[in-house]
Amino acid sequence: MPIRKDKRERYVEVEVSGPREPLWVRCEACGELIFKRKLQENQYVCPRCGAYFFLSARERIVSLVDPESFRELPLPAVPEDPLGFADQMSYRERLARSRQETGLNEAAVVGEARIADHPVTLAVLDFRFIGGSMGVAVGEALYAAQAHAARARTPFVFVVSSGGARVQEGVLALLQMVKVVAGRELLAQNGVPYIAVLTYPSTGGVLASLGSLADVTLAEEGALIGFAGPRVIEQTTGERLPPGFQTARFALEHGLVDQVVPRAKLREELAKVLEVLAEEP
Amino acid sequence: MTDEERLKVLEEKAAELRRLAEQDGLDLHEELAVLERKIAELRKQLYLDLSAWARVQLARRPDRPSGLPFVQALCEAFYELRGDRVVGDDPALRGGLARLGGKRLVLLFHHRGATPEEQRASRFGMASAQGYWKAKRLMEVAARLRLPLLTLINTPGAYPGVQAEAHNVAGAIAACIWTMLRHPAPTVAVILGEGGSGGAVALAAADRVLMLENATYSVISPEGAASILWKDAKVAPKAAEALKLTAHDLHELGVIDEVIPEPLGGAHTDFSATVDGVRRAVLRYLEELSRLSLDELLRARYNRYRHVGAQGPGA
Ligand SMILES: [Zn+2]
Repeated sequence: MPIRKDKRERYVEVEVSGPREPLWVRCEACGELIFKRKLQENQYVCPRCGAYFFLSARERIVSLVDPESFRELPLPAVPEDPLGFADQMSYRERLARSRQETGLNEAAVVGEARIADHPVTLAVLDFRFIGGSMGVAVGEALYAAQAHAARARTPFVFVVSSGGARVQEGVLALLQMVKVVAGRELLAQNGVPYIAVLTYPSTGGVLASLGSLADVTLAEEGALIGFAGPRVIEQTTGERLPPGFQTARFALEHGLVDQVVPRAKLREELAKVLEVLAEEP
Repeated sequence: MTDEERLKVLEEKAAELRRLAEQDGLDLHEELAVLERKIAELRKQLYLDLSAWARVQLARRPDRPSGLPFVQALCEAFYELRGDRVVGDDPALRGGLARLGGKRLVLLFHHRGATPEEQRASRFGMASAQGYWKAKRLMEVAARLRLPLLTLINTPGAYPGVQAEAHNVAGAIAACIWTMLRHPAPTVAVILGEGGSGGAVALAAADRVLMLENATYSVISPEGAASILWKDAKVAPKAAEALKLTAHDLHELGVIDEVIPEPLGGAHTDFSATVDGVRRAVLRYLEELSRLSLDELLRARYNRYRHVGAQGPGA
């Protein structure tokens, strides 16, 4: 995937870490060539100009959890390509390419971790994998993560980066919205807290299900948060979008989230929430 | 002349014969019988093996039985409840208290409107945030009264607008799904026309999901899929096929419980037969579900959605 700058926000994609992970990445915003380790230390924010880099799921996990604390949970096996779908490319081919490009099996990574020593169950979506879209595999992964959190009685942290339901799986993808809410019900029945972190982008079916049902909702600065994409709204309604529409700030001002947090403070902010939620010893 | 036009001419002729027979007391029995046989044959030819795209067109017809007239014909009594209690009242998603087959229940339905004014007001059945917040409120009314919930779905999707976002349409849809999933009484959803994406699934986390034969249920409109995946809106018919959005496809996939047959030619050709078909199916399922204990009901519903899509080869 090429480096790309999103004009709406300051996000810039990191060159995909494959088998040959690049040592250096270029900031598209200011042109600075940055040593990747340095970038990691700086929470994937350009040390020169402050631009936000697009995080892969694994990079996001590294940026949030205590070092070496992440233990990945296996993703449940699911039938692949349930509709036998093909557009200009077959869905199987698209999956194979995404796997090769991202080194992931699917768009979700789930596991146990610690944040400031608080145990959590973590689920992170990866936008590079078919837009972080939710099909049956992602639905199962998010359900399994919540079931694990309910069992282990550790707060569930869900980092959203998704365009919505996966079109190639049709209504089966749509119904994953209900599945992940069934998982959410498990957390509620067990009194286990759920913290959502909405990042760029949090839209469509993922926002209109699990993404909107947290006990505590944080928005990363620079996030895009909305049910319908800005282009769809303009095309369908002819409405002119107000400045700052669907930004993290917009979400805060309209009462959709509890806090807007710069990336560099996200881990600290989560620690604060976990600290105040921690059960008495 | 196309088959469809020929059918229309024959139907007009038959209607005129019936009128003549009634007005002038003429015995036109035989003529009518011949005509009706011809009509039936033509309809069968036309509609039995419809493409997905043809069904999309039928599902979207403005004269398709749905909305308030459907509800009024379906129920013995209907008392509308309005407003989300915060922002306003959405004419695209309506609901209220109803009596059906002698039983009390709460009903929610999309209303696309019959007149151009109504259609504009309801944005052709695209409900906004206040529609889904109202739906959640009515689900809570039903929960408090332990009443079954019946939803009648016919929407191109939730309305994508600036106000909808400001009033948290995504959160409203999520809240509807959660509330319906926990509902402490039987729930039945019927897709009458278009089951468009999040705006449909918000009312479809039910114990039983039924579809009229030519209704559709889809993650995205065929036009949307065509322009996103094929980069060409003209291949919408192909996208409709690939998305497996017809009632028969979804029944085969195990996603819905029953396909309710439509009058040959489509639901719009016989309003009352369509209403009767839906009423019979709904009452049958409500009766079946009423025999389960609350615990059994919730466990079965929960399991249905907890496993959706995950069974089958590879799992
Ligand atoms: Zn920079």
